[in-house]
Amino acid sequence: MFFDNLPALAVAVPLFGAFLTPLISKIGDRARNVFAIFVAVFTTLIVFLLANNVFTNGIQTYVFGGSYQPGETVIRIFFEVDGMSAFMAIIAVVLPLVAVIYSWGFMKKETGLDKYYTLILLMTTGMLGLVLTGDMFNFFVFLEITSISSAALVAFWVNKGKAVDAGFKYIVISAIGALFVLFAVALLYGQYDALNMAVLANSIQYTFLDKMALVLLLGALAMKAGIVPMHMWLPDAYGYAPSSVTLVLIGATQASLYGVFRVVFTLYGRQLTTVVNQVPLNVLLAVFIVALALATIVVGVLMALKQSNLKRMIAFAAVAEIGYMILAVGAALSTIRVDSVTGVTMLTGSGEMALKGGLFHIINDALDIGLLFLVAGAVYYATREISVDKLGGLARNMKYTTVFFLIGLLAVSGMPPMNGFASKLLIYESTYQINPILAIIAVLCSILLLAVFIKVFHSIFLGPELKVFKDVNETSKSMLLAMGVIAVVIVFFGLFPELVVNNLVQPAADALTDMLKNGLYVKAVLGVI
Amino acid sequence: MLEWFSFLETFKTGSGLWNPLVWGVAAVITFLIIYIIRGQGKKDYKRGTEQTKVFLSGNPEFDDKEKMHVKGSNVYWGFMETLQGVYKTLSDMHTGVVSDYVLWFMIVLGLFLIVLVGVF
Repeated sequence: MFFDNLPALAVAVPLFGAFLTPLISKIGDRARNVFAIFVAVFTTLIVFLLANNVFTNGIQTYVFGGSYQPGETVIRIFFEVDGMSAFMAIIAVVLPLVAVIYSWGFMKKETGLDKYYTLILLMTTGMLGLVLTGDMFNFFVFLEITSISSAALVAFWVNKGKAVDAGFKYIVISAIGALFVLFAVALLYGQYDALNMAVLANSIQYTFLDKMALVLLLGALAMKAGIVPMHMWLPDAYGYAPSSVTLVLIGATQASLYGVFRVVFTLYGRQLTTVVNQVPLNVLLAVFIVALALATIVVGVLMALKQSNLKRMIAFAAVAEIGYMILAVGAALSTIRVDSVTGVTMLTGSGEMALKGGLFHIINDALDIGLLFLVAGAVYYATREISVDKLGGLARNMKYTTVFFLIGLLAVSGMPPMNGFASKLLIYESTYQINPILAIIAVLCSILLLAVFIKVFHSIFLGPELKVFKDVNETSKSMLLAMGVIAVVIVFFGLFPELVVNNLVQPAADALTDMLKNGLYVKAVLGVI
Repeated sequence: MLEWFSFLETFKTGSGLWNPLVWGVAAVITFLIIYIIRGQGKKDYKRGTEQTKVFLSGNPEFDDKEKMHVKGSNVYWGFMETLQGVYKTLSDMHTGVVSDYVLWFMIVLGLFLIVLVGVF
């Protein structure tokens, strides 16, 4: 019974947890914190069981609603969990878990924490729903749940004007993005009388309306993923939200990136080799995506170098990291070919490597950038200062935090032996085989990223002791625990990359390429229908 | 079930490979060699003289150590000064006005439309 309903429980547990939190909060602050951590741990357990099930037995489908009877109209919704969904669900559930542990210490002096934890759990619900659903309208609904709860959390420090301003910008951008997604869903529904992703993927003919829907979906999701030049909301939101919220926001951004993967490889997967204006669709998409990726990497890194606000600096670095992921997507797309003998659509070897690199970099980015944001939060918690021009000499009093920042900076800059190096190596190598200039720009920007964080490390943690920070102490145990957990995972992923790729990344990559080769995602649902 | 030797597998990247454990051993050996070479250096330097002071590019050392700290914005000043034009353009792009954010979205959407739908 429990194991049969894992996809539904993954969404239901944090949802009910969210609405129970204000009630539990009446008992006391400690009870509320323990309850939030319990819900996050339980949801994590469910997602890990579900992922193990998917990685072992293949795609899992779950039907909400009645069984199909010929001649009858049945209203029901599908959850379809393949390797890619399971991979993203792991990210979507681990980040909130770390965030609620971190929040115990970080947010203890704040008021309104019943609402705070409710919103964190609602955001978790939204992200999990986004990556698990197999229904386009459901996708829109979960996108909205994630956006609304995220916007409220970005503006959580209402006493700070900039946080409210950032929250307002976030909700405007999210609402416009969601509106365009809804419009695209309506275009597809109007044509094919279906909302199920597998049914749509099986039906799409790449008509004019299908092209319009593709443009709207990609544009909206790219904006939500923070791709240049539509990234400007991201430093505002990441920069002014509490650090624990920023950690979860990374998951929300990546859930939008998941949407790009799902639209390109699953929804339009069978049309990728269609020739448009004498050029195959995959090549058109690849050129456009690679151009956006390079702009994202370069602008992200250059802007990071200019910032004096630590959190905004990390936020621009996060923009650059997103560029690496979509560079890999573009590189993978450019290699899609139809085998002349078998007639099967497939990626070449370098394309598969690029895809694996991009996927591996998603989880690495969540960990590396997440750790840096938590350290930024710890520095703010201890000093009430976030400007790199005013901080200095903190390594004397904050030894553990310093080590965590060092791990994060090495990882995000792609330095060996950290996890970022392994995923960037895959991206460099595969893009080099497609066009060496792409790899050269990617490597140069990584070096620049290292320069950015060495500057931060030097300015904040090294140098003489400043009188104003003489009495600063190390942060609370819960914050150290949260940062420590992520740091350990970063080092583990860095030391054993083959293990991680084989067991986590490969099933996700296979899920995307299997759709191209044999339409497995479609078959899994059409078999159920 | 994971086998213990799966932790030792070399990371294959298609045409290359990467093994962090081998890299770690190589790094330790390299540091050992550096340490040995360092040990061969001159030992007749004079403590407490100019020979053991930190080199500050000819700048005087302040008694108040706090004044010696190089602030974040001063690092890479030359790099940013050289790229002043680029930074001005980037700063002009980042207005902080939400309607400009939406405008950029519309521009990209328009480009998408031209490329994918072929509306010229």
